[in-house]
Amino acid sequence: MRLWLRCCLVVYCLQLAAVVMATAEEMPPFKKRSGLEFVSPETRRLQEDDTSNPGMLWVLEGERLWREAVGPTGPACAGCHGEAAASMRGVAARYPLFDPASGRPFDLQGRINLCRSEHQGAPPLAFESQELLALTAFVAHQSRDLPVTAPNDERLSPFIENGRRLYRQHLGQVDLACADCHDERWGERLSGSLIPQAHPTGYPLYRLEWQTMGSLQRRIRNCMIGVRAEPFDFGAPELVELELFLMQRAAGMPIETPAVRP
Amino acid sequence: MKWEGVLLAFATTVVAGAPAGAQSPLLDYQVNGDSIERPLIGQPGDAARGEVLIADRRRSLCLLCHAGPFPDPHAQGTLAPNLGGVGARLSEGQLRLRVVDMRRVVPSSIMPSYYRIDGLERVAEPWQGKPVLTAEEIEDVVAFLVTLKE
Ligand code: HEC
Ligand code: HEC
Repeated sequence: MRLWLRCCLVVYCLQLAAVVMATAEEMPPFKKRSGLEFVSPETRRLQEDDTSNPGMLWVLEGERLWREAVGPTGPACAGCHGEAAASMRGVAARYPLFDPASGRPFDLQGRINLCRSEHQGAPPLAFESQELLALTAFVAHQSRDLPVTAPNDERLSPFIENGRRLYRQHLGQVDLACADCHDERWGERLSGSLIPQAHPTGYPLYRLEWQTMGSLQRRIRNCMIGVRAEPFDFGAPELVELELFLMQRAAGMPIETPAVRP
Repeated sequence: MKWEGVLLAFATTVVAGAPAGAQSPLLDYQVNGDSIERPLIGQPGDAARGEVLIADRRRSLCLLCHAGPFPDPHAQGTLAPNLGGVGARLSEGQLRLRVVDMRRVVPSSIMPSYYRIDGLERVAEPWQGKPVLTAEEIEDVVAFLVTLKE
């Protein structure tokens, strides 16, 4: 084999090993299964058929907002990013990312609001507002079926670590940790609900219980309220760290946005 | 209604109640081996009230995890042993300790300690300083569990 080819191979293998090592640690000790595998056949059909998936309404609205100029002077998202199908493909599969300016990770919603303040001269969109859910769903939808690929960024490590700690922390009057249900008891029934593995790959998603679209932060807050804990505020660092940990844990799973859940 | 929805609905209705005082509002009890022999309140509870309480998922939470001889079997949990026959398997004192503080029996148990207010993280405001069930309620639940002979 030619020397350069051999070198390339070695470098490639080293890179591969690095990626595997970076993610292996986060792998849950069971086969990863999307929340979709725990829903009823009717709910699954809703998600899998775009013409009946209610979340697609938000995706369409997000596409409209993507092309719309913001405020009197701000450009549209499309003004900077062009066609989302190309520029936004794979983006959601890599989030949350590290933001050097704040020294903290931010999620996709945070990125959208950062673009608004930095490039569009517009106020942030409120958490769970139709606009923020629609834009986030539209951007995330561009990564549908692509595997979650957590970035190999050392600066994220302490935040992933904190996410992992929170995931294992007992919370609330009922005194349970996320891991108690989602690592150790998935597939069991909590009252009438099947416990999924808590993968964040379908968000924002349409939840039949909410009768609307909702963010991952809303979902996690619901679980906290379920154990009678004081939920972290929307936008709290802890929620982003939990998302960061969950995304590492879901490495390799396909993005499903917009998913449908019971 | 979903499990968290059930609890959320409850959260908004229970704001009143005893304030968290400087002293523990909990009564003392004595553990012998794996049981608490004497009722927490010095008198036995009411089995009929206990049955209502256990069937009420919002109040007692029992059926989030357990199944048993109760209405609505599809809305019962599979995370814990079936409560059918538990009164034959365990004595009254053993049942009392398990409801009061399961983790004394099984340290890694997910069953919450029903009569405890310390060592908890981020308890939501309506429940701060309160055990999941009062001493009276625990006695009612125990009185009912004793009757579950098969
Ligand atoms: C007492 C059990 C329990 C605990 C503790 C719990 N959850 Fe959940 N979680 C559930 C159940 C049950 C569902 C599914 C509800 C449904 O579909 O109706 C769920 C759903 C989820 C989902 C949605 C998965 C999907 O496919 O859309 C995520 C994400 C999640 N939980 C994260 C968390 C995090 C993070 C924590 C800790 C802060 C946590 N959960 C604590 C029971 C729990
Ligand atoms: C969050 C889950 C959860 C809740 C809520 C819960 N339990 Fe349990 N319970 C368990 C588990 C799990 C066990 C088995 C012990 C273990 O391995 O942890 C158990 C065991 C028991 C036992 C002993 C059963 C036996 O056969 O030895 C009794 C009695 C009991 N629970 C009663 C209750 C009652 C009454 C309530 C409500 C007032 C309740 N539990 C609420 C999870 C729960």
